[in-house]
Amino acid sequence: MQKINDIRLLLAVLAPLIGAGLVMVTGKKRPNLREGCSLLASTSLFVLVASMIPAIFAGKMLHYTVFKLLPGLSVSLRADAMSMIFAVCASFLWMVTVFYSAGYMRGLNEHEQTRFNVCFALALFGAIGCAFSDNLLTLYLFYEIVSLCTYPLVAHHQDEESYESGKKYLTYLTSTAKGLVLPAMVLIYVLSGSLDFATNIHTGILPPGVHRGLVTALYICCILGFAKNGVMPFHNWLPSAMVAPTPVSALLHAVAVVKVGVFSTCRVMLYVFGADIMHKFDLGLPTAYFVSFTIIAASIVALSKDNLKARLAYSTVSQLSYIILGVALLTDTGIEGGLIHIANHAFSKITLFFCAGAIYVATHKKNISEMSGLGRAMPFTFGAFALASLSMIGAPPVCGFVTKWYLVNGAIDAHSIAILIVLLTSTLLNAAYFVPVVYSGFFGKTSEADVKHKFTEAHPSLVIPLTITAAISLVIGLYPQFLMHFVQHVL
Amino acid sequence: MDILNYNHSVLSVLIFSPLIAAGIAAFIRNEERLRWWTLIYTTAAAAYSLPLYWHFNLGTADFQFTENAAWIPALHIRYALGLDGISLLLVLLTTLVMPLCVLASWRYIQTRVKEFMICLLIMQTAMIGVFCALDLVLFFCFWEAMLIPMALLIGIWGGPRKIYAALKFFIYTMAGSVFLLVAIIALYLKVGSFSIPDMMKQGPLFSHQFQYWLFLAFFLSFAIKVPMFPFHTWLPAAHVEAPTAGSVLLASILLKMGTYGFLRFSLPMTPWATQHFTPMILALSVAAIIYGGFTALAQTDLKKLVAYSSVAHMGFATLGIFALNEAGLKGALLVMINHGVTTGALFIVVGMIYERLHTRDLSKAAGMGKMMPIFAAFAGMFALSSMAFPGTNSFIGEFLVMAGGFKVSIPMMVCVVPGVVLAAAYMLRMLQRFAYGGVHNPDHSHLQDLGLREIVTLLPLLVFVFWIGLHPAPFTRVMDASVSHLLAEVGPAKGAQVAMTARTAPADLAPALGVRQSSGALETSQPLLYATVPRLQPAQNPGAATR
Repeated sequence: MQKINDIRLLLAVLAPLIGAGLVMVTGKKRPNLREGCSLLASTSLFVLVASMIPAIFAGKMLHYTVFKLLPGLSVSLRADAMSMIFAVCASFLWMVTVFYSAGYMRGLNEHEQTRFNVCFALALFGAIGCAFSDNLLTLYLFYEIVSLCTYPLVAHHQDEESYESGKKYLTYLTSTAKGLVLPAMVLIYVLSGSLDFATNIHTGILPPGVHRGLVTALYICCILGFAKNGVMPFHNWLPSAMVAPTPVSALLHAVAVVKVGVFSTCRVMLYVFGADIMHKFDLGLPTAYFVSFTIIAASIVALSKDNLKARLAYSTVSQLSYIILGVALLTDTGIEGGLIHIANHAFSKITLFFCAGAIYVATHKKNISEMSGLGRAMPFTFGAFALASLSMIGAPPVCGFVTKWYLVNGAIDAHSIAILIVLLTSTLLNAAYFVPVVYSGFFGKTSEADVKHKFTEAHPSLVIPLTITAAISLVIGLYPQFLMHFVQHVL
Repeated sequence: MDILNYNHSVLSVLIFSPLIAAGIAAFIRNEERLRWWTLIYTTAAAAYSLPLYWHFNLGTADFQFTENAAWIPALHIRYALGLDGISLLLVLLTTLVMPLCVLASWRYIQTRVKEFMICLLIMQTAMIGVFCALDLVLFFCFWEAMLIPMALLIGIWGGPRKIYAALKFFIYTMAGSVFLLVAIIALYLKVGSFSIPDMMKQGPLFSHQFQYWLFLAFFLSFAIKVPMFPFHTWLPAAHVEAPTAGSVLLASILLKMGTYGFLRFSLPMTPWATQHFTPMILALSVAAIIYGGFTALAQTDLKKLVAYSSVAHMGFATLGIFALNEAGLKGALLVMINHGVTTGALFIVVGMIYERLHTRDLSKAAGMGKMMPIFAAFAGMFALSSMAFPGTNSFIGEFLVMAGGFKVSIPMMVCVVPGVVLAAAYMLRMLQRFAYGGVHNPDHSHLQDLGLREIVTLLPLLVFVFWIGLHPAPFTRVMDASVSHLLAEVGPAKGAQVAMTARTAPADLAPALGVRQSSGALETSQPLLYATVPRLQPAQNPGAATR
């Protein structure tokens, strides 16, 4: 594969950082200018990322070394097909979220909006850095930046509940990263003398002859250590992070942060261990079985949640494991299905969260049981919700179907009936917790209190973004070829 | 003329000019002028010491900038000075930290300013002397000379329990020095001179029994100084009571003398005993890391928190040293420098809190960040550095130490991991309180954010945090030659790994098993890991070593 040095990578990673600086400077006095800075940063990020697409489609790999630390150890960036899937989604959705976030935060008159926007941009800085990492150290560096910068967002309300959640959030994420990933990373460095990712998904970077038990231990450390991937048993930070304002839940806890976890996990599986070693030591299918538990269990928990954001959070936990499951199948179709779900889940789940936030701003309702009949008052919001729900369930023609199609094919290629049953069961469970929301929204009886209120749609700055993301979910379901192109370049 | 040549006089100038400066300070009456004079002198000394780095020859492990003159010929005591890759950075650290100490005491010290500044300058002489001395008696003189001004710094300008802390500090270090003196005399009787380079050459020839006792004497002395668990109890007391500058000197420079002693004396002079005692010291290091972490987590006094974090960090330093491989040793040296930078900075930060609130209680200081954003930013960066956040200096050091440790024993490093997590826990807890806590505290809105002097104090340290963290090559490359040389001395053809493996596999089989001395590039010792990992039980079983 052709490696090209390209400074655009550095610029892309710096764009959110500079954005954060500008937001901080423009500060409290000029909210419009501040939001303008966020928009500028997100747009320039998207433009930079988009400008790299042709090179990636031409089969090239962009590369940029920022700092050389020690022999075999550097802070360096790369853009390949896999990073582009994540970077394109994250940067595009950030643009959309800037509008939504401005509408939401102002609609609710939230405090400390400058801090909020600064941390938001910093979290994106970390996420884009993860997407463009060229080695495990860089990945770890940006992963930790994301953990730290999102803490103020989780603890945004600064009350008992948000402090508790913030504490849980940091405890889960930093202790797994420091306790599992860091030692694994050092050991991999000791073993292979370098932490640079391989350039293909087969070979990995571990030298031949490493003891099986050691490889397995390192692998387990990496799967569990990137706890942002929401794999049980270290998933609990995600539901508690839902105390954060909805734009955070939407972009960070459905797209950026959790995808950082999943992306890191997949990156390490494919580019550090490599498909060959995973085959050799039988790491693939056991991983798939292991995350299957998360898929099913989280869906069952989601069923029991009445709080809409909590239900969405558990749905996220479940859906994230689809991605890992697909990659762990180690078949072409499985990997394709897993990686494409990074994008598919991003667009659909952000829509769902946008809807939840719009409902909250318009009606101050958080619980599903109170939303009966609201769909008639807020047709766009609930329509988008319905569409995104279909995607989560995996029904055609929305994008979730593409994922399911590839995953099912992958499971068949891997000759695993058990995985097929898991996929089937989880589809039924997804339907079981999403359909009632949509059904009662459109066809439920409006409560008497609600009749008096005469709720209407939220502010257009909330409704337009969610309509856009819902529409994109539909479009990439109908025309999956653009994103699949990336995924096929990974293989 | 030698005396005019920078390379041949720089060390003497660095060592003795502070005494002259102190002499001049004795005649300055105005306190403000005194502060300025000390600041100007220490800055000038720092500037004067910088060319050491450029004039330093990277290609050799020999001592450089050497000076050698007869001092007491009857006893073969010489005035010998020199630097190598191990001491160079420590000397530079000392000269660079001194002006910051003066700046940090600008408002903090209001009584007996003259005596304070004189104490600081005498400390500078002694500290640089310790790192430069190549004659054991000279070394011991500087080593002891440090005690009195330090005890005075704590005992006069300290907090409420200053006399207790100063006495404890004095007694502990004195007790250690006694063993050092015994070791020095024993070595003199054996070698017939006090020359450190001579002893380093003859070290491997000493009998095992002699090495055994020599190592123990050195160990006690240096372990107290480091301080290693369980000899650390003087440290929190001294830190808590000492004024800011005292804490900074203590943390940044004095603690390094213990680890420097291990590197300069224990390893080269008693190579056999070093390998013999390695498992025990590694176990103590791991204990220090875990114990320091847990204790720091429980502290409400900010200085105690930082003091116990020092115990943990120095645990990393000793762990790296006694991993006895290149990554470990380099990592340990870097940890020493990093600890000097970061912990020194944290003590200055705590001092700034104390100047404003007259308390070091974390819960009272909570919420300061809201009123003092610049302060919060500095405190945050240094706390991140202390918890080894990637991109900061400590990360590189701890990464190397962990790499070195993993080459010795994986189970041992698994025991270290909780310590790494704890470091994040106590530092993040502190940061969280600064930024968010303090709802019930009295109003902090009168607090002034950092002034120019305070920013100037912290900024150089912050530069080093990121410089070492992102571009460590200028710092690691001065160590290369000396570290390789040291490793060659410690164990020709038998590293620590062999010493451990020998318990379960005959030593002559070791090479066949892929066990070989780790030298050269980090990668060369790869095969070692696969071969030795399953057989490294003694490392996690300190009992085996002490039986």
